[in-house]
Amino acid sequence: MNKPVVATASLAGCFGCHMSLLDIDERLVELIDLVEFNKSPIDDIKKFTKDVDIGLIEGGCCNTENVEVLKEFRKKCKTLISLGECAIMGGLPALRNDITVSECLAEAYLDGPTTVNEHRILPNDEELPIILNKVYPCHEVVKMDYFLPGCPPSADLIWEALVALITGEEKEIPYALIKYD
Amino acid sequence: MADRISIYIDKKEYFTTEDKTILEAAQENGVYIPTLCHLPETESSTSCRICTVMVNGRPLTACSTPVGEGMEIDNSTTQITEWRKSVLEIMFTEGNHFCPSCEKSGNCRLQALAYRYQIMAPQFPYQFNEREIDATNDKIIQDHNRCIICKRCVRAIKDEHGRSFFAFIDRGHKLRVRLDRKLGKELTDELAEAAMEVCPVGSILVREKGFETPIGQRKYDLERIGADIEQNGQMKNHE
Amino acid sequence: MTQHELKIICEKNHFDRHSLMDILHEIHDHQGFTTEEDIRILSENLKISEIDLRQTISFYHFFACSSRGKYTIYLNNSAISNLKGREEIEKVFIEEGGCVKNGVSPDGLIGLYETPCIGMSDQEPAALINGRIFTNLTAFRAKELLHNMKKGLPLEDMYTTVYGDGRNAHPEMKSIVRNNIRRVGPLLRPSEKMQVLKNQVSQMSPEQVLEQVKLAELRGRGGAGFPTGLKWQFCRMAEGKKKYVFCNADEGEPGTFKDRVLLTEKPEDIIEGMIIAGYAIGAQEGVLYLRYEYKYMKNYLEYIIQTLREEGFLGKNPAGIKGFSFDMRIQLGAGSYVCGEESALIESTEGKRGEPRSRPPFPVEKGYLGYPTVVNNVETFCAAVKIVQFGGDWYNSLGTDESKGTKLVSVSGDCRYPGIYELEWGFTMRDVLEMVGAKETRAVQMGGPSGELVNKHQFDRILCYSDLATGGSIMIFDRRRNVIEDVVVNFMEFFINESCGSCVPCRNIPKLLKEKLDKILSGKGTSQDLADMERWGAMMKINRCGLGHTAAHPILSSLKNFRSHYERKLRKHTDFISDVDLLEASKEAAEYTNREPVI
Repeated sequence: MNKPVVATASLAGCFGCHMSLLDIDERLVELIDLVEFNKSPIDDIKKFTKDVDIGLIEGGCCNTENVEVLKEFRKKCKTLISLGECAIMGGLPALRNDITVSECLAEAYLDGPTTVNEHRILPNDEELPIILNKVYPCHEVVKMDYFLPGCPPSADLIWEALVALITGEEKEIPYALIKYD
Repeated sequence: MADRISIYIDKKEYFTTEDKTILEAAQENGVYIPTLCHLPETESSTSCRICTVMVNGRPLTACSTPVGEGMEIDNSTTQITEWRKSVLEIMFTEGNHFCPSCEKSGNCRLQALAYRYQIMAPQFPYQFNEREIDATNDKIIQDHNRCIICKRCVRAIKDEHGRSFFAFIDRGHKLRVRLDRKLGKELTDELAEAAMEVCPVGSILVREKGFETPIGQRKYDLERIGADIEQNGQMKNHE
Repeated sequence: MTQHELKIICEKNHFDRHSLMDILHEIHDHQGFTTEEDIRILSENLKISEIDLRQTISFYHFFACSSRGKYTIYLNNSAISNLKGREEIEKVFIEEGGCVKNGVSPDGLIGLYETPCIGMSDQEPAALINGRIFTNLTAFRAKELLHNMKKGLPLEDMYTTVYGDGRNAHPEMKSIVRNNIRRVGPLLRPSEKMQVLKNQVSQMSPEQVLEQVKLAELRGRGGAGFPTGLKWQFCRMAEGKKKYVFCNADEGEPGTFKDRVLLTEKPEDIIEGMIIAGYAIGAQEGVLYLRYEYKYMKNYLEYIIQTLREEGFLGKNPAGIKGFSFDMRIQLGAGSYVCGEESALIESTEGKRGEPRSRPPFPVEKGYLGYPTVVNNVETFCAAVKIVQFGGDWYNSLGTDESKGTKLVSVSGDCRYPGIYELEWGFTMRDVLEMVGAKETRAVQMGGPSGELVNKHQFDRILCYSDLATGGSIMIFDRRRNVIEDVVVNFMEFFINESCGSCVPCRNIPKLLKEKLDKILSGKGTSQDLADMERWGAMMKINRCGLGHTAAHPILSSLKNFRSHYERKLRKHTDFISDVDLLEASKEAAEYTNREPVI
């Protein structure tokens, strides 16, 4: 039997959720036995090479590239999971959501107290993604199937959830594992 | 002495006295009913609606409804659980609750209830409403992003003449809680502390305080909200 | 206002914070709004915090903390006003008058504000200008009014029609409002002033009066339909040093205007009913809570009250009844639909924000200032008078098995004869439509936005409490109207604006539902959105008051009775469409950095 395939990505996140995934310690070895990784920073596969069973998304959508990646994941993954506060509700990047994006850009590149930008150039290369007016939770952009809260979600929570998904057995999650911080 | 009566919560019989509210009767019998805006010793506000129970097929707030002989109360039907979760989810999407950066995280009643009800993500769209942070007062900071408009501070924090430090402004979805600028200057350390204490979330903070307890040792890190009430109930049952 | 002037106002009101509504009205009458300085001085005089004062002021639509212009136009934005041409009038005010929507013109002369139904649905478009009513507005009239305002004319010189019929022309009222009484029954027939009090009540014990009301099986005419006899009995049995009778003349349900007509033509009956209620429950004082929109009647009603007082019908021993005294006053509201809810109305009368109380205790046990209080609708008092006059048996013989007596309905919208009809309960919707000359009717809103939107297959349903109940509002929409765009959206906006905001679901769900409506109307809705709307709407039943319970009705009842109107607009074959419009979301940053937004 083929092993279930897992892909992961970090959108507007800090990679903390990925770190937490690594935090399952020696169970990593077990995980490698259980699943095969496809597109993910963990194995550095940059492009999907096949359809995927489980997609883990860290971070919300703060720019057009995030939306593109997320939509691609939705297409390729049977089950898509929001991993962590940023994916679920925008998280700390969404602190800017009540400030206009022009103000944010001005503060970052033009008028910030530590900014030196003599020619007042704003990054506008065509290669760069465009910043969105707000940071959007993933499930407001595509349909998400499951949510694992936490900043980051604890390694144990990620482990329990993955095992449950792979084995198809429903599990009672202990109280202490679900936290928003 | 009020008369002893029996009531039924989720079909199980309990004894209480008729001067009690459903909430009080449940608590003394070790049955947990969630509350947020409720504040013993002040007039009930019944604004959060989270303590809603079903009495004879009618949704009523447990914090304000007196018990009656033979009353049949549903506290844990699917419908009630769904409503309670919805109330919490609305609160999380109405305000801007960034738990990872909040001083009250781990000690917050809103968060604790969401943990208890295992809310993974809200069904309602995030509003990302613009809310201000009022730091004009010398003693406290009011972060409106986190305010759930429970009215607890409005009801509890008053001066010796009974004048309110906090009040509602506007109505409907524009409703906010505001601190009186002038009276606010007379806020004592004790009252400031009390205001922070009375706030179930991290909306009222005493300056230069916060993050005092390390993660893992905070109020709701390991023990879910209501566990104390339920344990009392179990002990009582053993007796 | 000066410190001295404010002090005099406070003194007149015994420095009592419970008189805050009256105090604020006096300030507004004087200068149109309350200044920072006024608030400071009031706070000192009334010994309450400034924020507490602001709590009351900011709650009410017609109170302000900054100028709303020398002339303040409150243009009704109800669904009926819309279909009678409101938009055109607003356009004239904005384009030719330099008005700003929901603001004051730059020269400070004219303020233009939207306001929910002002009780003139039979003569829309209508507006309230500095407390006076202007009806049947046309683009031409709007231009004329602007011209007169720019000339600085006083309001009374701006009328171009004769005063309305009946007592609208009374020297104390002088309004151009028309009654449009189309069908009369026992309540609207001419009656002799206070004859029931003189002839019957004086011969009866309070218990006997109560007995007749119970025998009649009269139910509250405001909309909720609580048995009046039972309410009176509860209040009679309640312990209290004092008791109060409140007349709820806060007729705020959009499309209702029957109380306007009763207040105009039958004030003596209303007052007589209040005195009778006072006699039955043992109350000495009455308050008539008049909605701000009907301020044009205040002087007239006060004149009537004073006349009755002088004639010995109010005060000590009304109509010579020994051992009984009863007097009353008017409390003017300040613009809030929810104040029509009895406990919110009491809160408002106590000078507070009109937030419905949590019950129990009910007002009959603990009402105004903590005293047992009966609150009844205007029409209920009129019915009580007829019940005592002709007997509970007689009243009980009218109507249907479970809905007794007659009901005043206010008919408006797409029909030939909008106006007031007094009907025995039991007519079908079809009878009513025929009676009022309605053709090609697509939908009827029964009981206002909080009621039910009925489709044409339901026109055989019966007007009664167990089927098509109504507090009085019947709004008719013919096939030119879109059910969602013209009706449901307007009603949802109404509830969003009128919620007191206290209960979590009521503060949020209507707004979320409205966003769903917008999504569906923009062509992005899915079947999942309809399911969400139904589930979220059902949650409204856990709110505290009637407004909260019914604020999702426009959506829930149209989803039930006009589902195809929604389904036509849905995207098929998907249950998820994102709310996020990528083009829109990337526009601002793209523009700011001189790039093309992403499509």
